[in-house]
Amino acid sequence: MAFSDPINMPKGVTSISNDLYHLHMFVIYVCIGIGIIVFGVMFWALIAHRKRPGYQGAKFHESLKLEILWTVIPILILVVLAVPATRVLIKMYDTSAADIDIKITGYQWKWQYEYLGEDVSFFSNLATSKEAIANEVEKNADYLLAVDQPVVVPTGKKVRFLLTANDVIHSWWVPELGVKKDAIPGFINETWAKIDEPGIYRGQCAELCGKDHGFMPVVVEAKSPRDFAAWLNEKKAAAMAAKAAEAKVVWDKETLTAKGKNIYLRNCAACHMPNGAGMPPTFPALAGSSMVLGEAKPQIDVLVNGRQGTAMQAFGNQLSDAEIASVITYTRNAWGNEDQGEDKIVLPEQITEFKQNNN
Amino acid sequence: MSHATALNNTGKSGMFDTIARYLVTTNHKEIGSLYLWFSLAMLFVGGAMALIIRMELFQPGLQFVNPGFFNQMTTMHGLVMVFLMIMPAFTGFANWMIPLMIGAPDMALPRINNWSFWLLPLAGLMLISTLFMEGGGPNFGWTFYAPLSTTYAPPSVVYFIFAIHILGISSIMGSINIIVTIFNMRAPGMTLMKMPIFVWTWLVTAFLVLGVMPVLAAVVTMMLTDIHFGTSFFNAAGGGDPVLFQHLFWFFGHPEVYIVILPAFGVISTIIPTFSRKPLFGYHSMVFALVAIAFLSFLVWAHHMFVVGLPIAAQMFFMYVTMAIAVPTGIKVFNWVSTMFRGELTFETPMLFSIAFVILFTIGGFSGIMLSMSPVDTQYHDSYFVIAHFHYVFVAGALFAALAAAYYWLPKWTGYMYSERLGKIHFWFSFISLNLTFFPMHFVGLAGMPRRIPDYGLQFADYNMLASIGGFVFGFSQLLFLYIVIRSVRKKGQSVDAKYWDGAEGLEWTVPSPAPLHTFEQPPVYKSHP
Repeated sequence: MAFSDPINMPKGVTSISNDLYHLHMFVIYVCIGIGIIVFGVMFWALIAHRKRPGYQGAKFHESLKLEILWTVIPILILVVLAVPATRVLIKMYDTSAADIDIKITGYQWKWQYEYLGEDVSFFSNLATSKEAIANEVEKNADYLLAVDQPVVVPTGKKVRFLLTANDVIHSWWVPELGVKKDAIPGFINETWAKIDEPGIYRGQCAELCGKDHGFMPVVVEAKSPRDFAAWLNEKKAAAMAAKAAEAKVVWDKETLTAKGKNIYLRNCAACHMPNGAGMPPTFPALAGSSMVLGEAKPQIDVLVNGRQGTAMQAFGNQLSDAEIASVITYTRNAWGNEDQGEDKIVLPEQITEFKQNNN
Repeated sequence: MSHATALNNTGKSGMFDTIARYLVTTNHKEIGSLYLWFSLAMLFVGGAMALIIRMELFQPGLQFVNPGFFNQMTTMHGLVMVFLMIMPAFTGFANWMIPLMIGAPDMALPRINNWSFWLLPLAGLMLISTLFMEGGGPNFGWTFYAPLSTTYAPPSVVYFIFAIHILGISSIMGSINIIVTIFNMRAPGMTLMKMPIFVWTWLVTAFLVLGVMPVLAAVVTMMLTDIHFGTSFFNAAGGGDPVLFQHLFWFFGHPEVYIVILPAFGVISTIIPTFSRKPLFGYHSMVFALVAIAFLSFLVWAHHMFVVGLPIAAQMFFMYVTMAIAVPTGIKVFNWVSTMFRGELTFETPMLFSIAFVILFTIGGFSGIMLSMSPVDTQYHDSYFVIAHFHYVFVAGALFAALAAAYYWLPKWTGYMYSERLGKIHFWFSFISLNLTFFPMHFVGLAGMPRRIPDYGLQFADYNMLASIGGFVFGFSQLLFLYIVIRSVRKKGQSVDAKYWDGAEGLEWTVPSPAPLHTFEQPPVYKSHP
C-alpha cells in the first residue's frame, strides 16, 4: 500500500460512472484555469507591488467595467458547466425499462438483497474478521470491503435498485458504478446501473447509521448473463436444499448451540459482543441476563419482533425458525449461563408456534 | 494611568471581585473579551476531539477508541467548533469592534449583551457533560439526522436539545443587539453606505441568524416531541418523514455556513486594504455581493440532500441556485485581489493570514462548485471530499480570518504589540500543517472513503497518516498562538499608539490603545470614506 494508490474518482464500469468522471475532470480543469488566472494576478501583485523605497502605489478603488466583466464571465462559465451536468442528471434519473429489479434494504449494519419476482433473498454481512480489525492478524487487500455474500448482477442488463431501510438512514454507494443513493426507512428510492465488464466492485455505506457505520461494505459481483442465470438457479436450489436439510435435523443441545454460535457471531456479536458482555446501557449484556436465564418466551418475543425504540431489530423475517431457536439456545448455554436459569433448550417448533399464536 | 483599560480594569481587587465583576458586566469591551476567551478555550476543547479522531485514523484497524466513542467525538467536534468556537469568536469581534467602528459608546442593549454571553458557557457545559452520562453523548453527527438522533439516540439527546435551544437564544439575542446598535447608534454622518465593511457583514449576518435560528429551535423541538411525546414528525412508521428533518435542518444549516463566513469576509475586507495601503476595491459591489449571498443562502439548502431521492426538478433548481452563489462570491475574491493590485503591500501576520484566507477559501470555493453539480455530487456526497471542502472553508476560511482579526486588533485591546516573529512562525506552521491535514482528504474522498468512519480500507492508509500528522502539528501550533496572546495581554513587548497600522482607516483608530473602558461618550465627528 503506497502513495501509488488511486487518488482520483474512478472511471468505473458504467456509462454513468464514465459521464461523472468526465464531468468531474472538466470542472477540475475549469477550476484550475480560473485558479491560475486569479492566483497569477494575485502573486504578481504580492511580488511586484510590495512597499519599498521609490515605489508609489495607486489609490484606485472602483472600475465599473471590470466589475461587470467579472460578473458576466463567471455566469457564462457556470452555464457551460450546467449544461452537461443537466444532461447527465436526466440520464441518471431515467430508471425506466429495467431488465431486473433488486430491492436493497439497509439494516444496522448489513444489507439485504431481494431479487424481485425470483424468490431469492439474502443478507450481506462484513466478512473481515474481528481479529483483523483489532490488529491481531494481518489485514487482507480487501480489508473492510469484503462481505460473506455479494449481490450478483448480470452484465449488459439494466439493473434497477430499489432502496429502503429497516431502521435508520443508510446510503448505498459503489463508486465504480457511479451509484449512491440513500436508503430511507418508510420510503423507496430508485437508481440503476448497467455494468459492461464482469468483475467485483466494492463500496461502503455512506450515511452515518450508528456504531458500525464503517463496517457495512457493499460488494457487487457482475457476471455474464449466462453465469448470472446459473448463479440464480443455484441460489434457489441451495435455499430449498437448506430448508429440506433443516427439516431432517434432529435438534439436540449440541446441534443447536453449534449452529447458534455461528449465527450469534454473525448477527448479534456486533452489539452484544462475542463474550455476551454487551455494551451497557445501550446494548445490554446477555451473560447473566435475567431475560436469557428466565423463561424462553419473552426472549423469543424480542428476537422475533425486535424491541421498538432500540437498535434491537426484529429477526423474525431475517432468520429461519431453526436459526432463531439455535441462537437462543446458544445464549442460554454460553458464558456461564449454562449452569443456571430455566428453559435450556429452545426448539424450532417453539418459534413456529410463537409466530402462529402472535400474528 | 488616566484610563482604565478594558482588559485590566480591576485595580487592586482580588480574583473573586474580578469574577463577580465579569459576571455582571454590561461593557461591550469586557463582554467582547469574554466571548473571545471562551471561544479560544473551545478551540482547544474541539481541537482535542479532532486529535482523538485523527489519532484513531492514523492507521487502519481500531487502536485507541471504540466506534461508539468515535462517533461521539465526530459529533461533539462539529458541534463545539460551530456553536461554541467560531460563532462566539466573531460575536466577540462584533462586540469589541462594532461600537468602536461606528462611534457608539456601547452596544444598544447592554444587559441583553451580558445575558447572551453567559448563556453560552451554560449551554456548552450542558452539551459537554453528556459525554460523561450513561449511554454517552450525542453520537449521530453534528447534523443529527433523524431517526438516528430520535428513535435510536442515547438518552443524553435531551440535554443536547436543550443546549441547542439555549445556544439559539444566545445567538438571537446577540443578533438583535447588533442590529439595533448598527441602526441606531452610528456616529452622525455615517450613512449605511459609508459603514465600515466589517459592520456591514455583521448586519447581514445578524439578519441571517434571526431568519434561521428559530427553524433550528423548531427542528430540535420536533425531535423532542418525537422522542418523548409520541409524535411522528420524522418517523415513517407513524406517517412522518425522515427527509423532512433534513429539509428543516439544512434550511438552518446552509445559511449557518454564511453566518460563519460573512463576518470572516468582513475581517478580510478590513485587513487587506490596511496592508495594501489602498482603499477596498468595489465597496459598493462588496455590499451588494454580501446581500446577494445572504439572499441566495436561503434557497440552496437541498444541495446537501442530492442523494436522498429528490425529484429531478428540485435537483435542477438547487443545482442552478447553488452555482449562482459562485458569482457574488467570485466578485468578493476579485475585489480582494484588485485591492492588493498596485497597492503598497507589507506582510505582517494579519496580512499573511488574510492572503492565506483568499487562496485557501478560493480552493474551498472551487470544491464547492464541484459539489454543487448534482450528478457528480453522487460521487462526492458524504465522502472525505466533503470533509476537505468544508474544512477549507471553515478552518482556512473562518478560523484563519478569526486569527487574522485577533492579530490585527490585539494591540488595540491590550496596548501591546504581539511578537511579529512568533506570529509569523505561528502562521507558517498553521498554513503548512493545515494543507497537510486537509488536502489529502480530497484524494481519499475521491477514491471512495466515506466520512464518519473509525476505520478504513488499506488503500486509504498513506494519505490518512499524512492527514493525522498534519492535524497534530496544526493542533499544537495553536498553543503558540495562546502564548502570543497571553504575552500581549501581560504587557510584554512594545506598547503601541492609537493608530499602530499606518494603512488603517476608521474611527477605531482614533481611540487610544489599549482602548479605555468607556469610549465615544460624545459622538465623534465622522469623516467621510474616501
